[in-house]
Amino acid sequence: MQFFGGSEISPSPPAPTASGNNANMMYVFNRNGVCLLYREWNRPLRTLNPQQDHKLMFGLLFSLKSLTAKMDPTIAEKGNLGVPQLPGQGCSFHSFRTNTYKLSFMETPSGIKLILVTHPRTGDLRESLKYIYNLYVEYVVKNPLYSPGTPIRSELFNTSLDQYVRSIA
Amino acid sequence: MAPAGPRSGDAIFASVERVNAELFTLTYGAIVRQLLTDLEEVEEVNKQLDQMGYNIGVRLVDEFLAKSNVSRCVDFKETAEVIAKVGFKMFLGVTASVTNWDAEGTCCSIVLEDNPLVDFVELPDTCQGLYYCNVLSGVIRGALEMVSMKTEVTWARDMLRGDDAFELQVKLLKQVPEEYPYKDDE
Repeated sequence: MQFFGGSEISPSPPAPTASGNNANMMYVFNRNGVCLLYREWNRPLRTLNPQQDHKLMFGLLFSLKSLTAKMDPTIAEKGNLGVPQLPGQGCSFHSFRTNTYKLSFMETPSGIKLILVTHPRTGDLRESLKYIYNLYVEYVVKNPLYSPGTPIRSELFNTSLDQYVRSIA
Repeated sequence: MAPAGPRSGDAIFASVERVNAELFTLTYGAIVRQLLTDLEEVEEVNKQLDQMGYNIGVRLVDEFLAKSNVSRCVDFKETAEVIAKVGFKMFLGVTASVTNWDAEGTCCSIVLEDNPLVDFVELPDTCQGLYYCNVLSGVIRGALEMVSMKTEVTWARDMLRGDDAFELQVKLLKQVPEEYPYKDDE
């Protein structure tokens, strides 16, 4: 029976391969495109105001997802480009890399989207994003004072996220 | 290809933190009792329990997804199996079975042989219309709504009303596609 959550998170975080602060910023969106969390660690260059920035990021993910699903050569049955999909449907991408940063992306079937922008040389972060999703469950979803669909204001979540992200290599 | 999720909740049930079953049963009983006192009408209590369950389900689904590693289900049949085999095991410690599929595969029954909520419970004559476990139907409805499935969940059999098992009828109304939430000119 599991109604009263414990404080420890399972599974334990994947071991970091080197130490250092590689993360630039993190976004969490819900299924309605509401930015639940924006956290910034290292972002010297800013070209947009926060609202435009969040909207652009969400739009990018949305379009990229329908593009990746459309380009998928393995499944016969698919909708047209731009046709609304069920969350988690079709194939999706998990990261892309430019010469200056790497963007890792995870979407849960419930439509929560986690985006982590890091140094371009960071490795596969899928396990890390899963761990962050676990943090979100423990500190945000299980918090009775948090109403679903609103921006996250939890010191505890922020602290543990900061701490974990610092260990990402 | 995404790895297939577990087909049984045993391993997860063993690893999560649990509370004493009697404490849980009695706490739930106390909540229902209090609702009956506060709301007076049995119908209102049913509604309130369903609403409470819905609010639980909306959050519970994320914990379920995070801990169970279940990825997307291919169809509603698989969804029902996962709820019965993994979901119920993970959160209630019991397994349910899925039966009575209709021809289209959109309506089925989840049958609970064993229900920890109703240990020590007997419905008095004044509460015959009460669906004591109505919180469960709300949980399923809330959780499925978060994964884009609008459902209707009703009780078909209830041991507290003299039936031989608990049977929840789950009917898939529609699947809601994800849409771009912003207007172009915003």
